[in-house]
Amino acid sequence: MKAYIAQRLGIGLLTLLGMSVVIFVLLRLAPGDIVDILFSTGGYVNPVERQAIERELGLDRPVWVQYVEWLRQIVTGDLGKSYRYDLPAWEIIRPLIPVTLELAALSLVVAVALGVPLGVISAVRQDTALDYALRVFSLAGLSMPSFWLGMVIILTLVAWFGWIPPVTYVSPSQNLWLHVVQFSLPALAVGYRSSALIMRITRSSLLEVMREDYIRTARAKGQSGRVVIWRHALKNAILPVVTVIGIEFAFLIGGLVVTETVFNLPGLARFLVEAILWRDYPIVQNLVMFIAIVVIVSNLVVDMLYGFLDPRVRYGH
Amino acid sequence: MATRPLGVEVPGAPVALHRPGAWTVLARFCRKKPLGAVGGFLMLVILFTAVFADQLATYDPIATDAGQSLARPGPEHWLGADHLGRDIYSRIVHGARVSLIVGLASTLLGSVLGGVIGLLSGYIGGHTDLVTQRVMDILQGLPLLVLALVMSAALGPSIPNVVIAISIPIIPRAARVIRASVLSIREMQYVEAARALGLRHLRIAFRHILPNTIGPFIVLCTAQLGSAILVEAALSFLGLGIPEPYPSWGRMLSVSAAEYAQKAPWLVLFPGLAISLAVFGSNLLGDALRDTLDPRLRGG
Repeated sequence: MKAYIAQRLGIGLLTLLGMSVVIFVLLRLAPGDIVDILFSTGGYVNPVERQAIERELGLDRPVWVQYVEWLRQIVTGDLGKSYRYDLPAWEIIRPLIPVTLELAALSLVVAVALGVPLGVISAVRQDTALDYALRVFSLAGLSMPSFWLGMVIILTLVAWFGWIPPVTYVSPSQNLWLHVVQFSLPALAVGYRSSALIMRITRSSLLEVMREDYIRTARAKGQSGRVVIWRHALKNAILPVVTVIGIEFAFLIGGLVVTETVFNLPGLARFLVEAILWRDYPIVQNLVMFIAIVVIVSNLVVDMLYGFLDPRVRYGH
Repeated sequence: MATRPLGVEVPGAPVALHRPGAWTVLARFCRKKPLGAVGGFLMLVILFTAVFADQLATYDPIATDAGQSLARPGPEHWLGADHLGRDIYSRIVHGARVSLIVGLASTLLGSVLGGVIGLLSGYIGGHTDLVTQRVMDILQGLPLLVLALVMSAALGPSIPNVVIAISIPIIPRAARVIRASVLSIREMQYVEAARALGLRHLRIAFRHILPNTIGPFIVLCTAQLGSAILVEAALSFLGLGIPEPYPSWGRMLSVSAAEYAQKAPWLVLFPGLAISLAVFGSNLLGDALRDTLDPRLRGG
């Protein structure tokens, strides 16, 4: 078990290193840097002033030096300085993390609460009208842009109830109820999309398990259909579902990029977009790297969970 | 009577072993996969709209008209007008062209590049395969939209750049699917025979193995088309995709539309509906094609 975790951690670190190269190279391809953008608003800049700023931001050094410097910073926990805000990057990023994590967690709750039961119903009623309707419902979720769904939800609330959701962030200490409402709307929009994938996997995995002998045995013993499905079948069908949930958690952040913008929530994803538009390299680099770390850690957690959920999975070699 | 070769036209025996015609195949597909047929129909409608956008549009999609700002849907403007007085219906019709071109081009570019990488990686095997797989892991590790976002920011907004930005995240997904299929084909006897004949490796890979991966390839392309259209919409929405003045569905939903949304909900409703229908169509078609062409991938 320990050897397995060590090996997975090693692979994870290598992947992260590769990702850091990709992220760094991509951002350096960008036409125009922060200095151009800062001064495009200010009009004329004299070249001396410009050089001074470039030196201060470290942009005059060779690219590979900038890369090594960035890696050193990540390892030591110093995330550099935001070009635009002239503040340590970590100070800007830190307050954004809880917002995004809360939204991602809520979306995941919606996705699981919707996806697993619907998947079970769809599998039990295989090839009936209900099954078809549920599958169309889930496919519709996969087809709608979640940011558009978010806009439609807001519009509906306004049109039907004459109620406009808060346009600025409400912290839980300010007004807990409003905070929960504010977060559950985007969570609903994003969670619906993710629930589609969870529902499909639950359905196909359950269908497979229900063909097994032990299910027939349980039925033959006279156990009720409900007990057979929820207690016997689902337990074994849940493994692939857990994988998808793990993958979805990481990829939810991708879905949040636009949704946070629509709902004007001060999270990582919305800030990433702003930082990209500003070419604020340290912020973009670190945010994307953070997302990469979340992806890798959640994959690792899913692998670990297998051992608890399914004793058949052994972490030998 | 002329003599016939023996064994032909034995009374009562099935006459033909000929392949069923295209129409028969199509009819059978529609009967067995009604949802897939609906998806195919939706895609045809969108293709038709994109091709004949100039004929179908009632207004110039770019022309502004201050007097018609935020006009309601009606006989004048079927789906209303935006804040600059541009006709929404005409913009959606022209937007079909942009969305479909960007969607198809990026899907094809990503799938072909990924396909070639998967083919070579699977065929060569060994260390090359191992290294390629790790590189693909790295590319696949980032959420599709985040990678496309960084790419399109790096390249700057223009239609070819958006196509490239969307195609890059598709590469690892395509490489994986094609590699898996090549791994099984590589071991087949006819490949061994080709090798025994002394054919060059590249020739075997591209002439003899590649054509047999066409099934998974088509399934892959239809599945990715939907997400490519969605990513384009999201990028354009954020202002990092299709630049003005091209009418793009995502662009139509962007911030300026959101500002007027409460006064003029049609600004938000219809472009989003167009995106959803296009993606829904390609998803339905993709699912049905997967079940038909590639039973091994059968899912929910």
